[in-house]
Amino acid sequence: MLKVDALYTEYPNERGQVVKAAQNVSFEVPRGKLFTLLGPSGCGKTTTLRSIAGLERPRAGEIAVDGRVVYSSQRKTFVAPNKRNFGMVFQSYAIWPHMTVFENAAFPLRVGNGRHGKQDIRDKVMRVLSTVALDHLADREATKLSGGQQQRLALARALAMEPQLLLLDEPLSNLDAKLRERMRFELKRLQRELRLTTVYVTHDQGEALALSHEIAVMNEGQIVQVGSPRDIYERPRNRFVADFVGSANFLDATVAGKGDAENGWHVRTAIGLLECTALEPLREGDTVAVSVRPEDLHMSAERQGDRNVIAGTVDAKIFLGECLEFQVKVDGTMLLARVHPSFSPPVGTRVHLRIDPEKCTAIPEEKRKAA
Amino acid sequence: MAIAGELTAGREMPPAERRGFDPKWIFIAVSVVIVAYLGLVPLVFLLWQSFFTPQTAAKAAQFTLDNYVQAYTSLETFRLFANSLEFAIGSAIFAFVLGTLLAWMNERTNTPFKALFFALSIVPLIIPGILFVVAWILLGSPKIGLINLFLQKWIGTDFVFVNVYSLWGMMFVDGLHYSPMAFLLMTAAFRSMDPALEESAMMSGASVLQVAWRVTLRLSWPAVFATLLILFVRALESFEVPALLGLPVGIEVFTSSIYRAIHQYPSQIGLASSYAVTLLLITSVGVYFQSRLSSQGSKYSTMTGKGFRPRTIDLGPWRWAAAGLFIAYFLLIVILPFLVLLWSSFQRFYSVPSMQALQNLTLDAYRFVFTYPTLATSVWNSLLLAFGSATIIMLVTSVICWIVVKTKIPGRWLLDNLASLPMVFPGLVLGLSIMIFYLNVDIGIYGTIWIMFLAYITRFLPYGLRYNTTSMLQIHKELEESAAMSGASWSTTFWRIILPLLKPGLLAGWIYIVIVSIRELSASILLYSPGTEVVSITIWELWENGQYVELSALGVLLILALFVLVMAAQWVARRFGMKEA
Repeated sequence: MLKVDALYTEYPNERGQVVKAAQNVSFEVPRGKLFTLLGPSGCGKTTTLRSIAGLERPRAGEIAVDGRVVYSSQRKTFVAPNKRNFGMVFQSYAIWPHMTVFENAAFPLRVGNGRHGKQDIRDKVMRVLSTVALDHLADREATKLSGGQQQRLALARALAMEPQLLLLDEPLSNLDAKLRERMRFELKRLQRELRLTTVYVTHDQGEALALSHEIAVMNEGQIVQVGSPRDIYERPRNRFVADFVGSANFLDATVAGKGDAENGWHVRTAIGLLECTALEPLREGDTVAVSVRPEDLHMSAERQGDRNVIAGTVDAKIFLGECLEFQVKVDGTMLLARVHPSFSPPVGTRVHLRIDPEKCTAIPEEKRKAA
Repeated sequence: MAIAGELTAGREMPPAERRGFDPKWIFIAVSVVIVAYLGLVPLVFLLWQSFFTPQTAAKAAQFTLDNYVQAYTSLETFRLFANSLEFAIGSAIFAFVLGTLLAWMNERTNTPFKALFFALSIVPLIIPGILFVVAWILLGSPKIGLINLFLQKWIGTDFVFVNVYSLWGMMFVDGLHYSPMAFLLMTAAFRSMDPALEESAMMSGASVLQVAWRVTLRLSWPAVFATLLILFVRALESFEVPALLGLPVGIEVFTSSIYRAIHQYPSQIGLASSYAVTLLLITSVGVYFQSRLSSQGSKYSTMTGKGFRPRTIDLGPWRWAAAGLFIAYFLLIVILPFLVLLWSSFQRFYSVPSMQALQNLTLDAYRFVFTYPTLATSVWNSLLLAFGSATIIMLVTSVICWIVVKTKIPGRWLLDNLASLPMVFPGLVLGLSIMIFYLNVDIGIYGTIWIMFLAYITRFLPYGLRYNTTSMLQIHKELEESAAMSGASWSTTFWRIILPLLKPGLLAGWIYIVIVSIRELSASILLYSPGTEVVSITIWELWENGQYVELSALGVLLILALFVLVMAAQWVARRFGMKEA
């Protein structure tokens, strides 16, 4: 459906230096799927989205939707944004303050090429407004809406034009935490029901994991990993992904030998010998980083099991409501563990940590050196 | 719209892979040509003219340095230079001290009647310079001035207390008229200051005056300097005061000399041009430093964004003295000038107030004014020029402003500077350059209302740009991007999104330009001809004819009309100012 191929963009910043915003970005989004570009600010995700929208002109590459090329540096094609028929929801919502709710949503139908009759516009607009549950506010001034309502109106406006592609630029980032969680569900439900091909940009890994069919993690203008939410979270291919998506403990290690399981390896770390999983084949003697999620450290007072169990001392703890976080000191290395509040040993207690080898990922280090 | 689409889409960077012509340049070229034509062409012709002898039927114009030689070798010019500087510095300092004191009283003390202070800010707008000067002649001339007569009668002497026909008198009248400008600028400066800075000085044990002198004023130093520069440049450009008060007693400054050089026979356009070039150089330096200062403003900025109002200083019993000062000021700047015009407008012949004169009250002057042959024409011309130029300026600058603020097109700074260039032109110099240009390039507009139309558009272009820029900066770029994503072309977006969102700035700027156009005198005075008079010119002519009572009647009506307009402007600002995104 959407095909982005070898996209390069750059632009001069305020001081006139060239910022390389996207470097060789390529991906494909199948019809009806929600694809997320995830990364820290300045990683090029918004520039990539704006290039798809046509609001920015890339340096090189090709963008095609359903076989229709909207941008190609080779063929010197550039379709203006108003001719692309893509719906977009902006970070600021960009609700026009001088129009009512209805007029905002009707705008795309009134200015486009397709001629719509009055009644036709009315029907279409009321249908999208009721989709986002704003039909009872159609005649209200747009500025009188709450933040969540404005967000839904922005979505309705993007839907009203029956777009080929829906582009969402951090649509939830301006909402407060509670509302954001609710809108997440609503957005997901809408996208799945309408089967709209969607590109979603966010820096919030929680949103990305919750909404997407597929995620591309970006860093410094490049896509560093593409995969399903589970892939990204459970099998990060490099240290950046492991660190950016969720939180992780990193241990420097050297490969000691092949383990029992398929993809299983023994590694030597500062806290002892560990069994872990690797996505790529390793060789003995390789330096790797071992990544373990805090929730995958099972903490207990007594030693449980015999594989991958290490002993340490509770150094500090914080109460977060739904869980407790512990800093556990193991032979001078500090590990972060997240456990259920029912288990709460005091600071200074000797505890045991067990790590499932499946949840313990070895990431080859040469990638980091190359970057 | 192919042009429009390109303009929105292609602006992030120049399309490297495309060869050939990009239509967006047509847009930029047209705007640059318009503003360059308005701003640059008259300037170039002014320079050119200052190097040539006057063209006569017998002899073609020849290159000469005589104008400058004549201008710079005569002792007269040095006196002119000294007079101009002395007058400008004197009025600037007087206006500044007065305005700053009032601003400080209003912002930082508990002086009573503070609500009236805000009425001050609109005084220079509702009382045009020429009426203010005429009123002060009636109040402060040595022979008929009411202040002198009153004091002489009261004390029983024939000593002349005030004499506006002197350099000191000129500084007083000009400084007084523009002190509200200083008041406004310094009020803004005091408001943007973090009150905690003053409160901590207070907690350190400093007295009220110590805080005011050592903290408040020092912190607002950039604003102080900028305000002084603005007032200085403005006083140099001032025409009414030097012409009405200075010329009769032989005190000449640049503006009045330019006027005299043109209005003597044969008129010495070359000499006037060389004076004008000199004046232009001085004002340019002033405006340049002032813009440098305001662009560095953020470096000195003490704004914290906290919304609280500073604690006002309790002046104790002194607050009544402060209130007295304020009332005296209000009398001098509004009440007395208006009353004296009102009084004189009800007389048959001008006479000082007395019981006997009171019995001779008549509406004759108003009857005369309404039947005065050129009045209807001049009112019509004024309205036409004011509405026409305001509309054109606001529309043209909204496009210029869009290019400057919203695009990344290289060279847009040039457009901005070109459109701001008329800022440095004193009205009289602008009138002179436009006059010279259309005398030499005859396209049939010299002597018609169109030449004044061009002059007004040029003169007030920078104001339109200011108002539009302020509004344009507040429009989030996503508001127009979302229109593009909705399928709207550039022209649709501009018409249906940008212009409606600009409305507060457009309206406020439009009304402001209407008001300043109606008061305009110094550019019109060199460009009008019979049939194209405007209201301010009619007042000028009445003055020249000695028809004081008729002038007063017209003045009273004009002040009332401008008052209504200013009130409308403030209502619009309140009504629409809040609704911005």
